[in-house]
Amino acid sequence: MKPAYTEALASLACGTLFGFGLSLSGMLDPSRVQGFLDVFGAWDPSLMFVLGGAVLVAMIGMLLVKTMARPLLAGCFHMPGKTKIDLPLIIGSAIFGVGWGLGGLCPGPAIAALPMGYGAIVLFVVAMLAGMVIHDRFVAGIIS
Amino acid sequence: MTPQVTQYLQSLTGGALIGLSAILLLALNGRIAGISGIVGRLVQGHSRLINAAFVVGLMAGLLVYVGLFRTWPTLTITASLPLIGVAGLLVGFGARMGSGCTSGHGVMGLARLSLRSLAAVMTFLATGIITVTLMRGSL
Repeated sequence: MKPAYTEALASLACGTLFGFGLSLSGMLDPSRVQGFLDVFGAWDPSLMFVLGGAVLVAMIGMLLVKTMARPLLAGCFHMPGKTKIDLPLIIGSAIFGVGWGLGGLCPGPAIAALPMGYGAIVLFVVAMLAGMVIHDRFVAGIIS
Repeated sequence: MTPQVTQYLQSLTGGALIGLSAILLLALNGRIAGISGIVGRLVQGHSRLINAAFVVGLMAGLLVYVGLFRTWPTLTITASLPLIGVAGLLVGFGARMGSGCTSGHGVMGLARLSLRSLAAVMTFLATGIITVTLMRGSL
């Protein structure tokens, strides 16, 4: 098989595992995500368990990955190059958090929940794509 | 076990599978499992097939869940449609500007002990908490 096809198959498998994990975790439900952010009200700690489980497994996995010269199916690792904590990081994350709180949705769960056929989820994903395009077309150039 | 404990265990297991998926994507393809990054690259037209495959997988994962447990997850959406639209715009814009979202910064960033990701997570948790607190009048 061509390298691109094996990578795409791996990508499909990883995406499926990710979507299954999200579904199992209960985090497709916007009201439970908002419940986690509602620390001063009716707090639901579930998301803490989700993040804790995910980070713990990924951290142990990182120990193994660090011993690898290159990934199994691709030529090299694509690690984020930036290390500086800059203004776009903070302002962007702040804007992201407001949207996350307003809807109780972030990119992963919103896309995974699309097959459920809720109009609100479809609207969210379309608006999210528009937000990305607006940033990439009109703002990214100004910042960098 | 109380229903609550069962729910927390399910969240922990779901989270562990998310972590496993993220580390597998890195070990196999050398890519960080950041959903906003994957979707962003798809929109920009970079490695279309590989990024589209992950997005299709995300949805397939839900269908596997439904097939296995014979039930759909419960979704409760309280926000009005205009508010959902605004939320989507902010999430998409903010994730691109902040180079990541809950998966890239939250899972892989923290696992890699990246200070940049820690700063991002602290920031979106803070503004998320403020937003929900104001919206629900919790304080």
